This record gives sequence, C-alpha cells and structure tokens, in this order.
Amino acid sequence: MGTLVVAEHDNATLNPATLNAVAAAQALGADIDILVAGNGCAAVGEAAAKVPGVGKVLVADNAAYDHALAENTSLLVAELAAGYDNVVAAATTSGKNVMPRVAALLDVAQISDIISVEAADTFKRPIYAGNVIATVQTADAKKVITVRATAFDPVAAEGGSAAVEAVDAVHDAGVSSFVGEELAQSDRPELTAAPVVISGGRGMQNGDNFKLLDGIADKLGAAIGASRAAVDAGFVPNDMQVGQTGKIVAPELYIAVGISGAIQHLAGMKDSKVIVAINKDEDAPIFQVADYGLVADLFEALPELEGKL
Amino acid sequence: MKVLVAVKRVVDYNVKVRAKADGSDVDLNNVKMSINPFCEIAVEEAVRLKEAGVATEVIAVSIGDKACQEQIRTALALGADRGIQVETDGPVEPLVVAKLLKGVVEKEEPQLVILGKQSIDGDNNQTGQMLGALAGMAQGTFASEVKVDGDQVQVTREVDGGLQTVSLKLPAIVTTDLRLNEPRYASLPNIMKAKKKQLDVYSPADLGVEVKQHLTLVKVEPPAERQAGIKVESVDELVDKLKNEAKVI
Repeated sequence: MGTLVVAEHDNATLNPATLNAVAAAQALGADIDILVAGNGCAAVGEAAAKVPGVGKVLVADNAAYDHALAENTSLLVAELAAGYDNVVAAATTSGKNVMPRVAALLDVAQISDIISVEAADTFKRPIYAGNVIATVQTADAKKVITVRATAFDPVAAEGGSAAVEAVDAVHDAGVSSFVGEELAQSDRPELTAAPVVISGGRGMQNGDNFKLLDGIADKLGAAIGASRAAVDAGFVPNDMQVGQTGKIVAPELYIAVGISGAIQHLAGMKDSKVIVAINKDEDAPIFQVADYGLVADLFEALPELEGKL
Repeated sequence: MKVLVAVKRVVDYNVKVRAKADGSDVDLNNVKMSINPFCEIAVEEAVRLKEAGVATEVIAVSIGDKACQEQIRTALALGADRGIQVETDGPVEPLVVAKLLKGVVEKEEPQLVILGKQSIDGDNNQTGQMLGALAGMAQGTFASEVKVDGDQVQVTREVDGGLQTVSLKLPAIVTTDLRLNEPRYASLPNIMKAKKKQLDVYSPADLGVEVKQHLTLVKVEPPAERQAGIKVESVDELVDKLKNEAKVI
C-alpha cells in the first residue's frame, strides 16, 4: 500500500527536512506519496512533485491546515493513512507535534526519531539522551514514524515529475487557532540547515559574550548554536539549543566553544563531518569527539580566530 | 479550575546510562531515580497557576509500579494538592500511558492537563499529543509561556524557527519546554506535609484500559564511537588544518 510522507513547509517552500524523511521512506521499500497540507500551498505541491521517486503528491489546501495546527492536520493524516502501510514525517517540532496524534487516532505506537531502518518493522532510535541506541520492532500493521533528519542523506529535490492530486477533505476540530509567531530574524542560515555551526557553552560566561561568535559566524557563513547549559543559564534563547532535547545538527564543520561535551549535547552534533573544540579544560569530554581540539582560553582564541579567517 | 499534571519516574538526569553487557536492556541497577525534569517544570507551572488564583486544585498523576509514588510525593511537596497512581507492572508505552491518562481525565475532568514534552529515558515526545487526540483536546506543545484567559489558554511554543503562539479552547493540554519556568526546591516542612496528602491508586481495569504492548525492544547498544582527533597547539595551526587538511573552510 505504500508510504505517505507528510511534508513540512511554510506554504511557500518545501522544508529540506522533508527530503531526509523521503530518504527514510525509501529505506522502507514501499511506494512513496507525499502529502502537502496547508493554506495556499500549491507551490509546495509543485516542489514536492519534483522530488524523484514519488508516485503522487496529495495537496490538501484549506485554511484549516494553515500553520499545521496539530488538531486539524492529524485528523486529515489519520484519514489518509487508511490507504498506506506507513506514515512518515521528519522529527521537526512540527512533525513531533502532529504525528503522535495521528498514531493515537490509528491506535498504533509511534516510533520516534529513527536513525535507521533495519527491516520494514524494525528501527534504531536513540534513547536516554543518546547514551544508548535501541533497536525496536513494532507489531502494528500500520506504522507511524518520525525521522531524525541528520541520520538520512536527503534525496534530490529535482528530477521527478509526480502527479499532483487535490484532497478535498476538510477537518477543522475547531479547538485551536493560530495567534502569531516570532521567528528569529537573522541573516544567518537556519541552525539545522547550516553548513557550518559555531556553538557556545557555559564557558561563554554570559549572553553578551556570545557576540564573540558573531564575527566568526559572519566569515564562515555559520549559524550560531548553544549547549543546554548555556540555555539553562539564560545566556541565549532555547531555539539555539543543540542537543538531544534541542536541535539535531550535522553540518560540514561544527565548532564547539566553551562546551564541556555532555552526552546530551553530543547527541545533537556528533554526526557533524568535522568537529572543532575550543576549551580551556584539556580533560573536557568534548575533546574525545573533536577532530581538532584547541586547549585555550576562548576569550583569547576567538578574537584571534576571527582575525585569521 | 482543576489542573492535572503528569509526572514520570525516570533515571536521574545526572546518571550516565549504559547498555547491559548482553544488550538486552539498559542497566538500571542501583541508579538514582528522580522525577523527569520536564515533568518537574509541569508541576511548577501548575502550582504557579494555583498561586496566581487561576487553578483551584492541582492533581499529580503517575503511572507505574509502587515506586512511582515517590515522584508523586515529590510533586505533592512542590505544591500539588493530591495524587493519583495508576498501578502497572513496570513501564508501559506512551500510547497506553495516554489511554490511562484519558481515563483519569474522564474521572477528574480537569480544564488543563500539563505534561513534560518528553521523558529523558524513552525520549519519545508522544504522550501529551496522544492524550490530546484520544480526549479530543487541543494541545500546546513545547510551551515557553502559558496564559489562561477565560475559557481559552494561550500557549507560546518553542518551534524550530523561533516561537509560535496558539490559542486553545479549554479543556486543553500543555507540554512543557525548558524555558517555561525554573522549578522551586521543596522545603522540608512541605516534604513532611506531602506525606499526609491524599494519594489514590487505580488499576488500568478501573479506568477501562487494556495494557497492550505494541513495541518489542530487540536490543540496546552504545552509540557509534567517534574517533578522537588531534590537539592543535595554536589558532594558526587550527586554521591551517581546517583549510588544508579537512578542507572545510
């Protein structure tokens, strides 16, 4: 019956994490359709149709699905799931919000945040903040799965020509509404999509000192992240948090500054291609995963690094 | 209004959990157990709603074997008024937890149910959303701010690009993120008082729920080790390595 991938988007563009979810869906082996549910989202439907290897793209275009409100979107996905073996979405905040409702409506378990497909019913996923990798097998005929995007190489965005079909079903639970959003305004790339990420930890000492990362980020085209310790200490907002309970990143280059390397943090960045650690404590666990470690006072090393890039 | 807050007994967040040598499960022998940190934030939020005069009663519920009464008592010491334990043989899956919580919701009819966004053992991030679907309630997940206003609650949510605010019709579900609040410490007098607070025990059958297992844990293993690299002596050497060896800048 195939796999339905729930696309993530903002009604204008397809979020690239969807391409990682499609890659995971391919590993399941069944035919793949994509669902684009939104409001005025025709352009996203067209973009999804270009993803190679997709049978058809279902477009549910209605005000009820604006901002992917979980109450409404989950009813739609659960209805469409009747025609599929698997329903898959990226484990973004949107996927995490909607998919467990879908699973509950279908009376099946959800398999969260998978990092590999071992068989059509068996998956690996990190538990205990990434300290342990569990292999789980589901007995449910229908599977609801969220995918850790960084664990699957994305499929190409172009090259396919899937049919686009409109879905007329309108589900409005009438219990929730969108009030507003405050999206971080930044000229920098988004954390989970940036080719370079530079993160600060408790060693930054305060929020003001995060400015020391700005110049380096500008020169490298990097996004700026933080450890949970830095967020907990109130230095920076939670949307900058890299780690098991924050964002999972896997850039080409990850620079950890003043971060000791708690497993919670490592779980969020250890798939990065090259890791650099700058820390004055030479025994910090971060050095055990760093390709290049520099034992130095960050307040001296950062300005010097910025000058030499 | 009544607020129901769910708490889970988990391995203390300072414990480094390891897989057993035979890979059958994680080794939890003699490790310290605590209330899940996100659940602690949920309790704090409920207690603050009561202190602000919004909530009239805070009920802490936990699901598990008798040991989880310890975490219910913790919630009571933090300010919850009474507790409910749903007794199961050890841990159950999020879908079952959601069904049991739905049973408690039907009994207690709270206007707000507050849960942690995920527990730090299973890292599933499912229960609140599942309860929402089963009970037909709206949800504000990953909350960083909760404002009750008449028959609505406004929840500001931590989403990937920043913050999103939604308005939900009560009764509703809130799951907590880190920045929602900073939980207080329980004082000794409150810990003593908590021992005398009412704690009811239900069985899944009392709530009309069949405990079913959907998932089998095949094995657990340590994560793939990343090879440690080298230490460089200077910023110059670092820049040189990144340019000429790793070729990433």
